[in-house]
Amino acid sequence: MSILMPLPDAETLAKRDRIVAAMRSIVPGEGVIDDADLMQPWESDGLTAYRQPPMLVVLPETVAQVSAVLRWCHAENVKVVPRGSGTSLSGGALPLADAVLLGMGKFKRIVDVDYEDRVAVVQPGVTNLAITQAVEARGFYYAPDPSSQIACSIGGNVAENSGGVHCLKYGLTTNNVLGVELVLMDGEVVRLGGRHMDASGLDLLGVIVGSEGLLGVVTEVTVRILPKPETARAVLVGFPDAESAGACVAQVIAEGIIPAGMEMMDRPAIHAAEAFVNVGYPLDVGALLIIEVDGPGAECDHLIGEIARIADENGAVTNRLSQDEAERVAFWAGRKAAFPAVGRISPDYYCMDGTIPRRRLPEVLRRMEGLSQKYGLGVANVFHAGDGNLHPLILYDANAPGELDRAEEFGNEILRLCVEVGGVLTGEHGVGIEKRDLMPEMFSEADLKQQQRVKCAFDPGLLLNPGKVFPTLHRCAELGRMHVHHGALPFPDLPRF
Amino acid sequence: MAILEPRDALDLCQIVADAGARGEKLELRGGGTRADIGALREATIVSLQAIAGVVDYDPAELVLTIRPGTPLADVQALVASEGQMLAFEPWGNTGATIGGTVAAGVAGSRRVTAGSARDHLLGLTVVSGRGELFVAGAKVVKNVTGYDLPKLMAGSWGRLGAMTELTLKVLPRPRVTVTLMAQGLSPRAAHAAMSCALGSNADVSAAAHLSRGITLLRVAGFAPSVTARCATLPVLLRDHCALQQLDEAEAAPLWAEAMTGAQLSGAIRWRIHLPPRHAPDLLEALAPWGIDWAMDWGGGQVWAALDDSTAIVREIASQFGGEAALVLANVDMRSAVPAFQLRAPGVSALEQRVRRAFDPIGVFATGRFSEDVHADSLSA
Repeated sequence: MSILMPLPDAETLAKRDRIVAAMRSIVPGEGVIDDADLMQPWESDGLTAYRQPPMLVVLPETVAQVSAVLRWCHAENVKVVPRGSGTSLSGGALPLADAVLLGMGKFKRIVDVDYEDRVAVVQPGVTNLAITQAVEARGFYYAPDPSSQIACSIGGNVAENSGGVHCLKYGLTTNNVLGVELVLMDGEVVRLGGRHMDASGLDLLGVIVGSEGLLGVVTEVTVRILPKPETARAVLVGFPDAESAGACVAQVIAEGIIPAGMEMMDRPAIHAAEAFVNVGYPLDVGALLIIEVDGPGAECDHLIGEIARIADENGAVTNRLSQDEAERVAFWAGRKAAFPAVGRISPDYYCMDGTIPRRRLPEVLRRMEGLSQKYGLGVANVFHAGDGNLHPLILYDANAPGELDRAEEFGNEILRLCVEVGGVLTGEHGVGIEKRDLMPEMFSEADLKQQQRVKCAFDPGLLLNPGKVFPTLHRCAELGRMHVHHGALPFPDLPRF
Repeated sequence: MAILEPRDALDLCQIVADAGARGEKLELRGGGTRADIGALREATIVSLQAIAGVVDYDPAELVLTIRPGTPLADVQALVASEGQMLAFEPWGNTGATIGGTVAAGVAGSRRVTAGSARDHLLGLTVVSGRGELFVAGAKVVKNVTGYDLPKLMAGSWGRLGAMTELTLKVLPRPRVTVTLMAQGLSPRAAHAAMSCALGSNADVSAAAHLSRGITLLRVAGFAPSVTARCATLPVLLRDHCALQQLDEAEAAPLWAEAMTGAQLSGAIRWRIHLPPRHAPDLLEALAPWGIDWAMDWGGGQVWAALDDSTAIVREIASQFGGEAALVLANVDMRSAVPAFQLRAPGVSALEQRVRRAFDPIGVFATGRFSEDVHADSLSA
């Protein structure tokens, strides 16, 4: 519990009753919750180690209400934390004691689907999976598929730029979103992008996706939908160690194959998953790859053959091809249940999310093993092998004194290691509060200030989701200052737009 | 006009800082192949051509880090030598640089399925309008750490900062590429055929239609897959058209026509982005002005050439939910008609604030784009 949130503002807390009344005048009925017991479900998100009751919860139903809530909070200098389904693994939706928690769960409508142009227009509270379910009868789907897709909302996906196991081939959220309607902190409603590609002007849409709720509140999303591939087949390949599995992954890509998914699990993860779902994972291997190809049947047949050859050449010890759709789904069941599976073998686990250049994998796994011994905590690894996104699961017991702190420090060392080898702090879960204080490992002061200046362009009062992403809160006026050359501001009479 | 040619990022920092201190405007330039887009302007040209060369290329990681002045043709040859490609199919005239291509957000026919420059720009080093060097994004294919500033830089036309290093995602080049062609279709029939193909699971990677009634579908991948899909598509599209197979040499010039619009006859040329379903309506509405045209991206991009030098194309495009960019015109028209469609006032104001975040005193606001004028008129 080493991450500190900004101290609550006494002035805001003192006027809570007035804030509640104002919110009730905007969102009638049960859309404003201020009872401590009733607010309990909102205390935390997917990063459950951190809890904080919100000042109050507001659940708007219309864009006009969202706009009015933000406008009022802006005028009254009240902070706002937006929230989708609350599945963030990085604490992106963690409430603040002095902030309105703005839940977008009532925006559940699929506004329009245009099969001819292959786009769907949906409200932000629609779950990721519900988009696919809405269009699958016509042979389409929405490609990004984070493991939480049954629960996570598309609005949250936009905020976090969510990925999933298929993003090597199909991209992250940002590659599959064409437009958003966005409410800025001052209540202004803007549309960025739309139903066509490459809108003119700066790509503001591109910076909104993945902005972790710090720049605006999304009230509508236009996504691309894709024709569902004719077939998908998966192969389960066991290797004696991670080195040979990693070499296999590299050769698959070097031979020009971009699989729909390519996942690696290490021995502890394989054992945990097999014990949980019993899908027949080999237990005597050091690393397991699930490689899925999709597309026309002829393509899948061809690629499966190529992959089997490459696996052999890299010393595969087991090789099983899915014989039917049920078996393919079963192969994935273990991987997709890896987190809860690990949850069964350990009282608690802490999920990390760094990305590394794939060629550094053996070294990273070796050093992680050393760290595991240093901290006296086990670790299981699942890995989006195709794109180098590593999810070490650190096993700990929150009830054992000091273990959570040790797990966090272990996790921090893993992420520092990812950056050291040329990778990043987070591949898909977001910075949130979890990796906030590690940002200087990856970015210099100048880099971070430039990002914060973008924040200032959207929200100069720093009222939207404060305390997330950036380790230091700079006031916008301070960030706007220019260098003074030779003791004088350059061209003092120049209009500074 | 003076041309400065910095050797490296530090040089560039000094140039930008000095220009800021003197109240001078700077125009960032790659190969200058698209310099005739936008209004005439007076600015010191900063050529980035000397900041060139490969920084790091590891084909197996699918990542290429390169400096902006590297000629686009060299980059394409380099990745091709490893059996790879730039996924967004950038194109440009002789002399175009990779930096300029990304800054202009150029994407070819594959854009409809593979995305644009913005989708494949993973990380970069930039000199901002403050004369400061910063890094954004990263050198791995999957990253969500911090704001996605590379998206902002792609297609920003040098208005935020000067890229000094770019990391791009690369992909394996398809082993086989085949073009299926239909002839004699009207724009409406062609659009219907392209929608059917792009919406099918036959994995068509590009679809275009030329004004002389030629419709093109691209099928690329491993040989057995391409063969199977080339057998499937004629059956799928049997109610739309008959398809014949072209080899790459026959097809390449046709794709180039659709992708660049460069062959169209007309002194004025527009590039229109719109919801594909409205492309046939747009062409019908523009017919009285005697346009020549080509349709790419399954209808999502339309090139329109004509001699009329008013903004009528832009007006009509916006009626169909589209946006028209003026890419070829004489000097008078370029001064009178902004290159890009103006955004809604709220978006425009937001854009100006974002620009100020990178370039607080407007070093890069040369007057080339109408937004620049806008920017300079805003007071602190």
